[in-house]
Amino acid sequence: MLELINRLLGRENHSSKTVAKERLRLVLVHDRAGVSPELLQTLKIELIQVISNYMEIDEHALEVSLDSSENQVALVASIPVKNMKRSVQTETA
Amino acid sequence: MGEVIVITSGKGGVGKTTTTANLGAGLASLGNKVCLIDADIGLRNLDVVMGLENRIVYDLVDVTSGNCTFRKALIKDKRFENLFLLPAAQTKDKTAVNPDQMRVLTEEIKNEFDYVIVDCPAGIEQGFRNAIAGANQAIVVTTPEVSAVRDADRIIGLLEKEDLREPKLVVNRMRYQMVKHGDMMSIDDIIDILAVDLLGVVPEDEQVVVSTNRGDMVVMDNTSKSGQAYRNIVRRIKGEDVPMMNLDDESGFFKKLRQIIGLK
Ligand SMILES: Nc1ncnc2c1ncn2[C@@H]1O[C@H](COP(=O)(O)OP(=O)(O)OP(=O)(O)O)[C@@H](O)[C@H]1O
Ligand SMILES: [Mg+2]
Repeated sequence: MLELINRLLGRENHSSKTVAKERLRLVLVHDRAGVSPELLQTLKIELIQVISNYMEIDEHALEVSLDSSENQVALVASIPVKNMKRSVQTETA
Repeated sequence: MGEVIVITSGKGGVGKTTTTANLGAGLASLGNKVCLIDADIGLRNLDVVMGLENRIVYDLVDVTSGNCTFRKALIKDKRFENLFLLPAAQTKDKTAVNPDQMRVLTEEIKNEFDYVIVDCPAGIEQGFRNAIAGANQAIVVTTPEVSAVRDADRIIGLLEKEDLREPKLVVNRMRYQMVKHGDMMSIDDIIDILAVDLLGVVPEDEQVVVSTNRGDMVVMDNTSKSGQAYRNIVRRIKGEDVPMMNLDDESGFFKKLRQIIGLK
């Protein structure tokens, strides 16, 4: 109902167009940067390997993407942590 | 010597052929000598949109392969004696023509016409490269949807690589009620993202379908909004400074309500 009122009043914060514009913006950051999906995939796999040495992460919820603000492109990673490890396990140990 | 304008989009079905037919008829109605080239080899469409399908004898591939001269292959429009169509071949595929042949062909045709408008197939493959080969201007058609705008962005990048700089944008199938309700990206949103010049906005309009059913062009329909939109685009191509038309047909009630509550 509230949504209906908002619509009638022409408010559009959570409207589908806002979502569309934001999704489009992010897709274009990737397209324009010429980043291949394979590159991001490889990056994800290696990130998982490295971070798993220090903490237990939820690999399936891992999100890696590019974002841009002003004239800068940033690598944004969202990596849910399940558990911290008590001691650092290094490969050589 | 005339202009060669390619109408392209990347994504299929956004209105390239409709735009080509309407700009052709609109420019012809102002007295320009216009030649339309259907570069969508294998999926010939421009002829039916213009109601000229029964007049085809020769096609684009006949011309590029040296079977006949382009003059012989041109079909004369029913309505405008200064409007012509060079139809696509229907039985061949896009590799039957190459970009060099298209460059030579458009070079030859533009000596005899004010405007040569090339209807590009969807995609970024050889059909696209053929269509843009001889062009010195590009019009990119999109609709207000994420996928179409994304493809338009890609096409704009490719055009610039081919030295077709400063392409102009036509946003087709705009639905103002949806924009108002926040359910469709607005022109400002799209221009903001693509950073190109806007040539015009064509509203979603049943009349486009009605005209196309008959093999007519909506640009000749004086009562429809889409017809008006195409006429405005034609005048902008001619260099006139025509303001974007107000397609805001909001019924008075909610507008008033908003004003009363002080929202905008
Ligand atoms: N402004 C509009 N309002 C309503 N319908 C439209 C509008 N513009 C185009 N259409 C319809 O959309 C359909 C696709 O249009 P059109 O054939 O011009 O697209 P296209 O980009 O040439 O497609 P393709 O990529 O297959 O060549 C047609 O049925 C046409 O009538
Ligand atoms: Mg088409």
